Amino acid sequence: MSKETKGTSRRQFLTSAAALGAGAVAATGARAAGPDPLITEVQDWASGFGHGVDEVPYGLPIKFEDDVIRRNVEWLTADTISSINFTPIHALDGTITPQGCAFERHHSGAIELSKPDYRLMINGLVDQPLVFSYDDLERFPREQHVYFCECAANTGMEWAGAQLNGAQFTHGMIHNMEYTGVPLRTLLAEAGLDAAGDFKDKWVYVEGADASSNGRSIPMEKAMDDVLVAFKANGEALRKEHGYPVRLVVPGWEGNMWVKWLRRVEVMDGPVESREETSKYTDTLADGTSRKWTWVMDAKSVVTSPSPQSPIKHGHGPVVITGMAWSGHGKITRVDVSKDGGMTWETARMASEGQDKALTRFYLDTTWEGEEWLLQSRAMDETGYVQPTKAQLRDVRGLNSIYHNNCIQTWHVKANGEAENVEVS
Amino acid sequence: MSKSLNLYVGTVAGIGLLLVGAYNFADRNVADYPENPQMLGELPAPIPEPEAPVKTAAAPEAVDGGIIGAAHADNGDSKGLRFGLGRGALPEEIAAWNLDVSPDGTGLPAGSGNAYDGESIFEEKCAVCHGSFAEGVGNWPKLAGGDGTLADEDPLKTVGSYWPYTSTVWDYVHRSMPFGNAQTLSVDETYDIVAYILYSNDIIDDEFELNQDTLPEVVLPNADGFIVDDRAETEYSKWRTEPCMENCKDAPAQITMRATVLDVTPEEAVEEPAATDPAPEPATAADPAPEPAAEPAAEPAATDAPDPELVAAGEKVFNKCKACHQIGDGAKNRVGPQLNGIVGRDIGSVDGFKYSKTMGSMDGSWDAETLAAFLANPRGTVKGTKMAFAGLRKDADVEAMIAYLSSFSQ
Repeated sequence: MSKETKGTSRRQFLTSAAALGAGAVAATGARAAGPDPLITEVQDWASGFGHGVDEVPYGLPIKFEDDVIRRNVEWLTADTISSINFTPIHALDGTITPQGCAFERHHSGAIELSKPDYRLMINGLVDQPLVFSYDDLERFPREQHVYFCECAANTGMEWAGAQLNGAQFTHGMIHNMEYTGVPLRTLLAEAGLDAAGDFKDKWVYVEGADASSNGRSIPMEKAMDDVLVAFKANGEALRKEHGYPVRLVVPGWEGNMWVKWLRRVEVMDGPVESREETSKYTDTLADGTSRKWTWVMDAKSVVTSPSPQSPIKHGHGPVVITGMAWSGHGKITRVDVSKDGGMTWETARMASEGQDKALTRFYLDTTWEGEEWLLQSRAMDETGYVQPTKAQLRDVRGLNSIYHNNCIQTWHVKANGEAENVEVS
Repeated sequence: MSKSLNLYVGTVAGIGLLLVGAYNFADRNVADYPENPQMLGELPAPIPEPEAPVKTAAAPEAVDGGIIGAAHADNGDSKGLRFGLGRGALPEEIAAWNLDVSPDGTGLPAGSGNAYDGESIFEEKCAVCHGSFAEGVGNWPKLAGGDGTLADEDPLKTVGSYWPYTSTVWDYVHRSMPFGNAQTLSVDETYDIVAYILYSNDIIDDEFELNQDTLPEVVLPNADGFIVDDRAETEYSKWRTEPCMENCKDAPAQITMRATVLDVTPEEAVEEPAATDPAPEPATAADPAPEPAAEPAAEPAATDAPDPELVAAGEKVFNKCKACHQIGDGAKNRVGPQLNGIVGRDIGSVDGFKYSKTMGSMDGSWDAETLAAFLANPRGTVKGTKMAFAGLRKDADVEAMIAYLSSFSQ
């Protein structure tokens, strides 16, 4: 789309986009009404110069993409200091989330902590409590892994019913990055775990340097498995909003545990039962009892296009349905897509083999002749888990849950190409 | 016990001292660093050359770096390789950061408080967001009430109705509150505030002494309301099945609910460039350009200067505002906008602060009259203001506050 839509509301945009689509001739065998001046006339960019190198020492996306940004839902929280925004997943493809538009969630704002000021303490039931500088961390053998980070509250506003009209808002509390860092077990071994005895029943308590501290307790088994003390994402330093210079990466587990500005790891006999693991990030069931320690993010998927913010803007004929799938239990093995609200399903094409606890991109290359769709996707992971419907989840958990809503999402694609977030029978 | 330390560095006296201090935490001797650590493979030697204290900085910096790291280098007899990186954590450092409190009271410092004393502290430091009776203001968390609502359609989750452990309340208040001013509460103030929150939930009476011994014994009503994640039994077993591909429903799917009906999705319109519009009243009080340069006519300003006593009184009242507002040298926008020059400033005009729609679109400037009205009743005066503060009840406080604010001209 051209820049003329700037400043218009999404609804106006959709209307004009749909009009375009309706007016267009079916793609196959289309004939131009006349010669296209973009082809027949010499354009400025084909004659003069573009920008030289160094015009932008660190580049941002071209201005035509300036609507591909994180967005906030203001009414969700009292203040942006302790709030969340959403990744524009409707406009992205592939699997890696650019840091600049990867969702943010802060409890006391994103702090500026320099590498020279950075300290990481390991204490508690260790042989030798230690303090590491940032430079120390870069001297340990490091690893690289791609992992998704999903807030436990992703899709949480949809529990009671279809509410937010856009994949960014229903499913955008997620990003997927390639992390470089040191395994937490390496740092724990450096401090020595003899003091922890049979350390398998022990816990680590991790906390950040910001004013919220956002502490969480993690069982030792996980801490010694794949938890990473990360300092790079997608090849470059972490962004401030993602915990620069060092954050914890807890693969497959809820984003709240991925403590940013990580400053301390304490080996303990039991969980601290901090605010973030008692009053928050617990899941109240229909009878009023609540689940705690619901760490793993179950298999989930969503169609990112077409979707409410990414309507079908072209005419009838070929269309690419795409979306993403992920599972905190391991690899995605299959994604199915339904166009009729779950009556019939066809298996989508995965862009590449599923990776452990990372996003998988899927495509369904199909055709659309203006019929209405109730578009859904359904992920399966290597444990055989099949993404449930919202009704299945409600049967078990009731209506009062907030977190861990991994239900199948439905978009109603209309005859004009617009899509809407709906619930179906 | 540290006698067997084998240092790989020059004997720098100060470092030696630190080593002893640091090593007192270890319960066992430290073995020599392996000459040829087999697991290291191709890695560069993990122990640095003794670069001596390169850092010229002051004392705290001197403990930095790999020099001390050698202190704990050993071959990690049972649980992994050691690289000799980092340095021993000093007791003062551990004491400063190791603040977490567990349900059994581990980590609680000695101290005490009660709800009676807590009430005024709560009013001063917490009520702006959490309400005078801990019942919450606007979208900010409610801390009291909600008994028996957890199975209701819209449960009210508070300390009294939901939180399982008293220790969590103490820990969170002590480390993370007040919002925007964390880690400023003393131990006793924390006991006072927690006592007040418990009192507001009818869990203790106003004379109950809350201290490191009694706190873990205060059992919260919902202590038994939690179960450990049971998804493996209640969900995974059901949903690990071969999925249906055809005729999966009894009847064609019907739409039962639409998001657009609710209409709560943010618009994506790019923000209007209204803020950059330089048009409105640029030439009024704000523009000091031509005349006042060398004008020694300080007299009128002096007579206008606020009464120092009032200013001092206002400074105290301003404690209620500090969690969200800064004023004075280097003041920045925080939860609320910075307040330098607020008296006489155009309403809703601080660069970089995101006002409520109402405040952002208001005309006029803040003077004694408009400020007084707003301070006494913020939400009644400016509907939709983001300021959660309930308002100053005493006229004298309002007057003092305005005097205090006007003492910061820029």
